[in-house]
Order: sequence, then structure tokens, then C-alpha cells
Amino acid sequence: MSDATQDGPVLAADGRPLKASLRSALRRQKMRALLLIAPLLIFVLITFIAPIADMLFRSVENGIVSDTLPRTVVALDDWDYGSGEVPDEPVFEALFVDMYDASERKIHTRLGSRLNYEVTGVSSLFRQAGREMEDIGEIYEDQFDALDENWTQGEFWAQFMGDPDWYSEAAGAEDPGPTFVMKEGMDELLPLTAEAYQMFATFAQEEDEDNVATEDPWALVHARLYQDLTAGAGEGYDGFGAEELAAAREAVGDFESTTYKEAFLNVDEDWADLEIWGTIKAYSPNYTPGYFLKAVDAQLTPHGVEAQPDDQAVYVKLFGRTVWMSLTITFMTILLGYPVAFLLAQLPMRQSSMLMILVLLPFWTSLLVRTSAWKVLLQQQGVINDLLVWAGIINDAGRLVMINNQLGTIIAMTHILLPFMILPLYSVMATIPPTYVRAAKSLGATNVTAFRRVYFPQSVPGIGAGSILVFILAIGYYITPALVGGTDGIFISNRIAYHISSSLNWGLAAALGSILLAAVLILYWAYDRIVGIDNVKLG
Amino acid sequence: MKLKTILMGTAVAGFGSVATAQEMANDMTLVSWGGAYQSSQQKAYAEPYMEMNPDVSITWDESSPEAVAKLRAMNEAGNVTWDLVDVVAADAIRLCDEGLAMEIDADEILAEGDDGSSAEDDFGDLLVSDCFIPQIVYSITAAYRPDRLPEGAPAPDSICALFDTETYPGKRALEQRPINNVEWALLCDGVAKDDIYDVLETEEGQDRAFAKLDTIKDDVIWWSAAAEPPQLLADGEIVMGSSYNGRWFSAIEEQDQPFEMLWDAQVFDLDGWIIPAGLPDDRLARVLDFVNFATDTQRLADQAAYISYGPARQSSAPLVGDHAELGIPMGPHMPTAPENSKNVFVYNYSWWADYRDDLDSKFQAWLAQ
Amino acid sequence: MTNADTNDGFVVFDRVQKSYDGEILVVKDLNLSIGKGEFLTMLGPSGSGKTTCLMMLAGFETATHGDILLGGQPINNIPPHKRGIGMVFQNYALFPHMTVGENLSFPLEVRKLNKSDREAKVKRALDMVQMGDFINRRPAQMSGGQQQRIALARALVFEPELVLMDEPLGALDKQLREHMQFEITRLAHNLGITTVYVTHDQTEALTMSDRVAVFDDGRIQQLDPPDVLYEEPKNSFVAQFIGENNTLQGVVKEVKGETCIIELDDGEIIDAKPVNVSEVGQRTQVSIRPERVEYNKERLQEGAHTLKAEVLEFIYMGDIFRTRLKVAGNEDFIIKTRNAPDQEKLKPGQMIEIGWMPEDCRALDA
Repeated sequence: MSDATQDGPVLAADGRPLKASLRSALRRQKMRALLLIAPLLIFVLITFIAPIADMLFRSVENGIVSDTLPRTVVALDDWDYGSGEVPDEPVFEALFVDMYDASERKIHTRLGSRLNYEVTGVSSLFRQAGREMEDIGEIYEDQFDALDENWTQGEFWAQFMGDPDWYSEAAGAEDPGPTFVMKEGMDELLPLTAEAYQMFATFAQEEDEDNVATEDPWALVHARLYQDLTAGAGEGYDGFGAEELAAAREAVGDFESTTYKEAFLNVDEDWADLEIWGTIKAYSPNYTPGYFLKAVDAQLTPHGVEAQPDDQAVYVKLFGRTVWMSLTITFMTILLGYPVAFLLAQLPMRQSSMLMILVLLPFWTSLLVRTSAWKVLLQQQGVINDLLVWAGIINDAGRLVMINNQLGTIIAMTHILLPFMILPLYSVMATIPPTYVRAAKSLGATNVTAFRRVYFPQSVPGIGAGSILVFILAIGYYITPALVGGTDGIFISNRIAYHISSSLNWGLAAALGSILLAAVLILYWAYDRIVGIDNVKLG
Repeated sequence: MKLKTILMGTAVAGFGSVATAQEMANDMTLVSWGGAYQSSQQKAYAEPYMEMNPDVSITWDESSPEAVAKLRAMNEAGNVTWDLVDVVAADAIRLCDEGLAMEIDADEILAEGDDGSSAEDDFGDLLVSDCFIPQIVYSITAAYRPDRLPEGAPAPDSICALFDTETYPGKRALEQRPINNVEWALLCDGVAKDDIYDVLETEEGQDRAFAKLDTIKDDVIWWSAAAEPPQLLADGEIVMGSSYNGRWFSAIEEQDQPFEMLWDAQVFDLDGWIIPAGLPDDRLARVLDFVNFATDTQRLADQAAYISYGPARQSSAPLVGDHAELGIPMGPHMPTAPENSKNVFVYNYSWWADYRDDLDSKFQAWLAQ
Repeated sequence: MTNADTNDGFVVFDRVQKSYDGEILVVKDLNLSIGKGEFLTMLGPSGSGKTTCLMMLAGFETATHGDILLGGQPINNIPPHKRGIGMVFQNYALFPHMTVGENLSFPLEVRKLNKSDREAKVKRALDMVQMGDFINRRPAQMSGGQQQRIALARALVFEPELVLMDEPLGALDKQLREHMQFEITRLAHNLGITTVYVTHDQTEALTMSDRVAVFDDGRIQQLDPPDVLYEEPKNSFVAQFIGENNTLQGVVKEVKGETCIIELDDGEIIDAKPVNVSEVGQRTQVSIRPERVEYNKERLQEGAHTLKAEVLEFIYMGDIFRTRLKVAGNEDFIIKTRNAPDQEKLKPGQMIEIGWMPEDCRALDA
């Protein structure tokens, strides 16, 4: 107390300010606590948080278009879908360069698959175009070759384009040789050629691990050289190959040529399809809402956001069904699990352990086995129908359809998830002292009233915990619905699984998963607001 | 032989350095489908190969059903642990498009046919993708229970029996995907076989196919695992259904089920190997050596002794013998046998590569209605 | 208020027996008659059967044999909620999900009282325990003492004629407990309710009750008003259990009417009042209350018996001195003396002479 009367900060026994001393003591405590949980924290970060973050990222990530077709995307900036005109030559020229590089790297088909999710047919359009790029380039390669064989020689090109110091080092070196260095001034002298040759050199060294000094360049380089020379570039060069270059400048005027637009249209006339260009433009940003739109039955088209046609709209319906059926299953587990948990909590230890084993037994059986067992029981020629027919309750023609539909899914999943309801219920019920019910009875309540007004309200936290557990498990289930759900019993998770494993549309799967995650979080939040999360007890 | 293969393989892969026999890895992970099919591969390919190369150990992974997704995940993680993956042709195309499978040149990598034909000629049209090494031809085909047909009904001889619920009342099992089903629907709606994909390309054609499927929608149990239809048929849940011909064969011949095959309009499909892209030199060398052996004429013919799928090489057909355990000749059970292939339907891979996503979402929406 | 004029048998246990397992009787042949308006405490160590008796009365246990009558009617077959008995539980058993008001309103709601009556009664009951401001609190927001008052109010709010209390003060600290003891007795007497109170705390039993039934081994050992119980224990169990007590072992030498002569085990001869000894030669346990022993010669009365003693320990406790002595071989002989100005403060090792009146020295069963 005497400290308080002093002027200035309160000091600890060692003369340091008390606050600082307290802070460092607390910090030590916190550090120790942190160290103790560190292994779990790291584990959770790596196996749980990181994948979720990755999933959220994938659902909007769309770098593939601008990575694969960087020049085309830039060239398309000036083009407007609304104009109703097919893009002009510069766009096709950029597409040719991009596509040539992409096809060498074999990444053009990946982009084709990506865009095929948006416009049917792009997949084969890109696959086909990839094969034809070299042919377009060869138009010029052949003519340069005919002019002077040097133009198809790797060594010639390397000395022509490369820095002399680099070449002397690279010549005769083992693969992949020193990193290619462009001759000074080359990118001003022949800008397009230099760009193309640099692309080739990078690819040859990094992907193929070849030595650029001996490797024959791509036909793309010749096409670009033609472009440069016809534009009047290449004047005043006096380095290696100046003679050949001068001769080529003379000759290119007579070269046979084609516009790139014509060339692409020759490959496939769909390249004149506005939808394809509109889609490439619409999906050129690095991030897209496209997957999320798909996940709610809309679509990002060149015209803007549009609702998916009715014959393709399925996700909203599936989300609704998933939530509705999960709620039904949760309700069924409460209905069936409550009496069992109550009995477990009331019975003497010996009997309740026996019963507990029966409750847990399904846990120890494989999920597939249990699901298949339900098939055997519920199918039309199955055990239950046979019994009903034998007992004369139904006739042979009127066998009940209990599987491959919603009913089957609800029955099988209720059974599978029942322990997840019983266990939290039981652990909450076990903590309710019997004196409460006694007190209620002594106050004049009948058995029913005592249960309804006193016991049941105290078991509600168990219902809450069980419901959250069952609902969250149910909403993400897909094996059981896939096996017994038929057509109207499948869940949204089945579509997620399909897009992960079959269609490889991971972006859409991630968007669907993110929505599902959001739905669970919103429900959790709503539950907290209505019931209060403090009212959830696992025991 | 071995050295030649290696030289070719490395040439194809574009590597400058020459791998030598010492650089071949001795461990190999093969991915397949499990069950009878995988064991047929083990007996026909892997065991004889390991006898020739006692140092080699082969690990099997039954991940083919999820191979596409897993390979992509491995590739993104930069750690491909598989050396050779058995996939259906459609998946091979997808993997190739995604850059996850290595492109190959059949003539350089694969053995010549023992009739002297080049590998390219021997496999012929079955080389449907630049990355795909075909192994077998199988078919999606129908089967029915003669004892459950209504009295006086003729034995079905056309795939259109699937759509004829008046003559053949009861449930039928179809695969839960648009592929095959829309083709059969159009075929039975009067579209000529050659026009089917042209018709399907149009909005009206697709509507027409779904309208035809609508007529039996309430009578269909949709399956997602090929083991389901034989089980359903055995249980009496369905009167007819579609599945892989090998599944029907084992139900009929190995388990004595009273089923009859309905080969009409069977849809040929292919299964084969792909080599994951980006394998290190030593593992690639080993895989190329194994693939060359495992897809030669004799090995493909040997496989047919264990399972009723047709060898993908033309040169293998004459060598197909008897079933290894049952001792019955396998020739008549091949989907490619002349008796069975009077009316076959060839699956158009490139068409489906384009239309699969689109039609699949339409199919799902249709199912959910 | 004495037991004589109220003992008209409002609650009667008639030859009641109870066994849980069919082998051991936890209540053996219990006969007890409780008068209307009486405050009766069942006192005993745990396992003595007192709580079982209470539970049988409340209806949560059924008697294996015998009848329990309430107001002359047998209630063996009446379910608990129809008995109309108020009950206060050891841990209060306030419903945690209801407010104080709802807790008190509960017995009135199940009795279908209308809202205004309920509110009036709840208010009155809360005022009675001075907890009127707490009507909207939840049990978890209150201290143990406050919860105890609410539990009491809840047991009384529906105006039962009989209230049972099962160790209701066990969880409270000493000061609060003493205060509550007073409150409960005051309420019970003011309202004229019959109360059956179970406790293992003898002070509580002595301060609160009209009569105390001391239980041991499934039987009532003694049933008497507190003063009688303390002054005249009928057997050595009661003597030991109630209050502090010094015992000396010996043999009866002679019995002559109101006194007897005892030879203690170390040969000392003393006079005592025979309580349940009758024969010469019988072993006996002599019991003397610590406060009846004197060492100040001036305070010793005429006719007191004296003995030599050695002081082992002297504890100053403020209002009293507590001294441990060695007397006739017993090293745990305690005496309590008032702190008076002329009182000598003893020192360990000091030899003194102590004395008591023969009538304070009771010869009981050994």
C-alpha cells in the first residue's frame, strides 16, 4: 500500500517498475503455454488451416489465362465484345506467339480444359491449334531455309543472336550450358525476333536442358524475323551474320505469307466465334467470380452475369436438399437417440456399459459394410420387404421402395450418425443430478411435468452439441448418399467429389466447398445467437 | 533389346544424356484398379517380368479410380510417386491435356507386333491420345435375367429393350453418367449410328436424348460402381442392366449366375497405361523397359486368360487361349469376337472431351428434377 | 413448546424396516411419532439410516416393511408429488435453468394457481427469507447462503404442513451456518410447520430442535429434547456422539439406589450415577462432561469427588481454557474452565487436583 503513496510508477522489490515486471512474468507464462500447444498448433495449421486457405484461394484464382496467353490478354484490351466484330490481326498475332510457346510447353491443353468449363468445345479447339502452330511457323522457316541454309542452323542463330562472350563459353559446353545472354542492341534491332529467340532459349535451357548454342530455333523465330524485316527493322547491323541479314531483308518482300487471322481460321473456323473471344476476355483477370457464380447456378459470360439455363441449374437445388436432409437426419437422431441416452444415464453401471457397447458397435464396423447392410435390408427384394410380404402386410407387386432414394439416405445416415448424437447427450445427462427430478416431484410435479420442465431443459445442451455434430457431419457426407441415394438422395458433396476426382474442375469444387463451409459457419452463428454456444456441452 | 529401348525412350523424352542399364531404378509403383483386373495384370505382366529381372520389386496401388485427381495433386506437390498408371482412355486424354502424362511415340517405345507390324499399326485407332498406351478393349454392355422376363416375352436382342418397359417391365440399372446412356437413347429414338454425335452436338439433339431417357427415368437404378449391376441382377432388384463385359463374364461363368449377355450396341472403351510426366531418368528408364515388355503381343494375349477383355493389339487376337482356371476358350467371350461385335458402338473420345462437362451438368440437373 | 402437548402423531413410523439388497437392513424396526408443529432432527453418523428414513417419508424410497402415516393416513402408496411435503435438499437442487422467481413459481404452477396468486405467494415467500430483490437472478449468480434461502422459500411457498430438510446447511461456512440455523428455526416456529431435519452435526441438532432422534446402526438410540440428550445420555454411543465427553473405564463395585461405586482400571474408586448398569462386577464406561470438572478448589461444591491429575497441555481459547490432563491412566481427559479473573492458568507438567459432583458422572454401558 505504501507504494501507492510514492510519486511515479509503482516499483517491484528489485526496483523495476511493477507493471513491467508483471508483464514479463506474464509473457514468460504465455510463452510456456504457447510452447506446450505448439505441436498441435503447427499440426492444425498444416493439416487444417492451410488446406482451407488453399481451397478458398482456388475458388477465385484464375491466373491460368493470363499466364498462358499473356500477349493475347493484353492485345484483347482494345477489343470489345459488344462491337460484334471478331478481333483484328494484332490479337491473332499475339495469340500465335502465345500459343506457339504454350504448345511447346504443353500447357495449352490445360488452358483448353479450363475454358471448356465455360464454353463447350474449347478443349479440342486448343488441342488442335497447338498442333498447327508449328505448321504456320514453318511457312517462313522453309522460305528462310531456301534462301540460306544458315537460317535453320542452331550454331548460326546462337552466334547471330547471342552475346559473343556467352557463345565462346557455350560452344562445346555440356548440356544445358551457360545461361543464354542476348547480344547487345539485338532487342532494338529486331525486337520481335529477339523476344521469340529469348522465349526459345529459356525453354530449351530450363525445360529441355539443352544447350542453346547448338539447338535449332523454333519456327516461331523465323515467323517473327519475317515480321521484323517486313516492317523495315534490321537496318545498319554489322555484327555476325550481317551479310545473311542484309540478303534476307532484300528477299522477304517476295516471301509468301499469310495473315495470322487467316491461318487460325484455316485451322478451325470456330476461331471466328465471338463467344470464344468474349470468354477469353471475360476470364483474363487473375481472379474470377466465375466459380462462385457457377456454384449458385449462374455464369459469367461475355454479356455479364447470367442465370444458368434451367436444364443445367442443379447446385442451388442440391444445396437446399443437402441442408434439408441434414436437418431431417439431425431431427431423426434426436428422436431415436434421446431415449437411448436417457436410458444409458439412468441404468446402473453394469447394464449401461453393456448398452454403451451396443451403441458404439456400429463405430467399429466399416462405413461401407454398414451402408451395404442397409442395402440388403431395404432393397425391394430385401429382408424387410420379404418379411412384409410374408406377413401379408403388402403384396408381392406392392413392394416398398426404401432405397436408392431420399428415404434410404435418411435411414442409413441416421443409423450411421446416431452415436454422434447419443454420446454428447449421454455425457450431458450423466451430469444432471437425480435430485433435480426429486426436487420437482417433491414440489408437486408429476413424472411427465418433472421431465418436461426440469430434466429436459437441462439436457438441451446435449441436444445442441449432438445436433451441431450430426448436422455438420451430415452436410459433408458423400459416400452413403452416393451408395444409397439414387438420384434424389445425393448431396452437394457428391458433386464436389465429382469435380475433384473426375472433371478436375477444382476451382468449382473449391467454390462449392467454400459455400458449404460458409453455410455451416452461418448456421453455427445463428445457433449461437438463438441458443447460445455456452449452452453446448460435450459433457 | 533392352538397351535399344532405353535409347529410344530417352530420345523421345528429349534428354541429351544417355541412360545406361545401371541407372535403371529397381523399384516401381504401378497403379491399377484392384480386384480381378489387377491380378490379371500381375499374372500376365508383372510376374514374368520379375522372373526376368529378379532385382526389380513392384508395388501395386489400387488408386486408378482417383488417379486423375491424385496425379494432379502429386504434380502440384512436386512429388510424383507413381511410375505407371492404368487409366481409361478418357482419363488418359484428360491427363494428357493437363500435362500430367508424358507424351509418347508408340513406334519408338512399344514393341513391334509379332507379325512384324509396327506398334502404331498394331494398335491402330486405339492410340486415342498422345500419352496413351492401350492395353485392353472392354465394353459397356447389357445383360438380363431370362427367368425374370414376363411370360411370352421374347428374349431381348436389341439394346432398345432397355427403353421398352412395356415388354420388359421392372427396374434396369444404368451408369450414373451421361456417357453411353445418351448415345443409346438416341439410337433407340431412331437416330442412325453414324449421326449420333452430330445430333448430340445440337441443343435439340441433347433434349431429344434426355426426353428418351425420361421415358424410363422412374425405372432406372443408377449405379456408380460396376460391381453393382451384377449384384442387383442376382438379387432380382432389376431385370436388366449395363456394366463392363468382364463383370458380366465373371458373374455368369465364375459364379454361375443365370444371366444372358445382350451384346447389341455394346460401347467399346479402352483401358491402358500412362506414364506420369516428369519422372527422374532412372525411374523412367525402368518404366519404359517394363511397358515395352508388358504391352507386347504375347503379354496382351496372356492377360485374356484371366479376364474377358480383348487385347488392344490386333496381333494378339489369334493368340488368345483358354481361361486359366475354368479352362474354357476365352475367344468367344471377348467383346471383339465376331459373334459379339455385330453391332458395336465406338465411343468418340475427342467429342466427349469437349462435351463431357456440359452434358454432365445437364445430366445432373435432369436427374435432380 | 415441549413435545408433550404437540405429540399427537402427525407423522408416524410404525415398525418400519428398509433393506436395499434383501440381506442387510439399513433401517431396523423404526417406531417414531412426530407431533404437529414439532421440529424433529434425525441425527446420526453417515450410514446410520437417517437419510433413508427421510427419503421414505418423502416417497423416493419405499419401506420394505411397516407403515408410514401422515395425518393418520398411510402414505406408502402415494407418489411423492401427491404427498404435499416440502423438501430442502443438501445441494439446494435449485433448477439452474430457471430464475429464482420461476423456481418458486414452479410448485404453484403445477398446482394450477393463477398468475396473480402465484406472484403474491412468491413475493411473500421471498420476503420471508429477505430475498425479495433476487427474484430475477439465476441460481448460479448467487452465493451458497443465498441459494439456501431460496431453496427454503421454495419448499415453503406452497404452504406444506410438513417440511423435510436433508442436511441443508452442510455446504455453508460456519458463521453462515449458525445464522441459518437460527433463521430456519424461527421460520419453522413462526409458521407452525412440522419439520423433519436430517443432519450429522450435533450442534445443529441441539440448537434447532424440539426433539432429536439419534440414529445409529439403523435404530433410534435415543429420542429426547436437546437438554435431556446432552445431560442425560442413555448410552455410551449417545454420550460420545453428543457434545464433548471424557470417559474412564472401570468395573461396578456396588450399586445403591441413585449412586454406585466404580473401581477404575487403575484402582481408583469413584462415585457415579448408574444409568444402564445394574449388576456388580459389570464393566462400565464412566462419562463426565469437560465443563463439569473443576480444579479451582474454591469453586468445588460440597460432596465433590476429587482425583489427582497431571497437566499435559493447556490451551487458551479466549472465553474458556481447555486443558488436557492425564487422569487415572487416560491421557485424553479434557476439562474446560471459564476464563475468570481468579482462574489459575495451568502449566504442562503441573500436578493438580480435580473434582466433580457424583451426579455429573454417569456410569454407562461399556
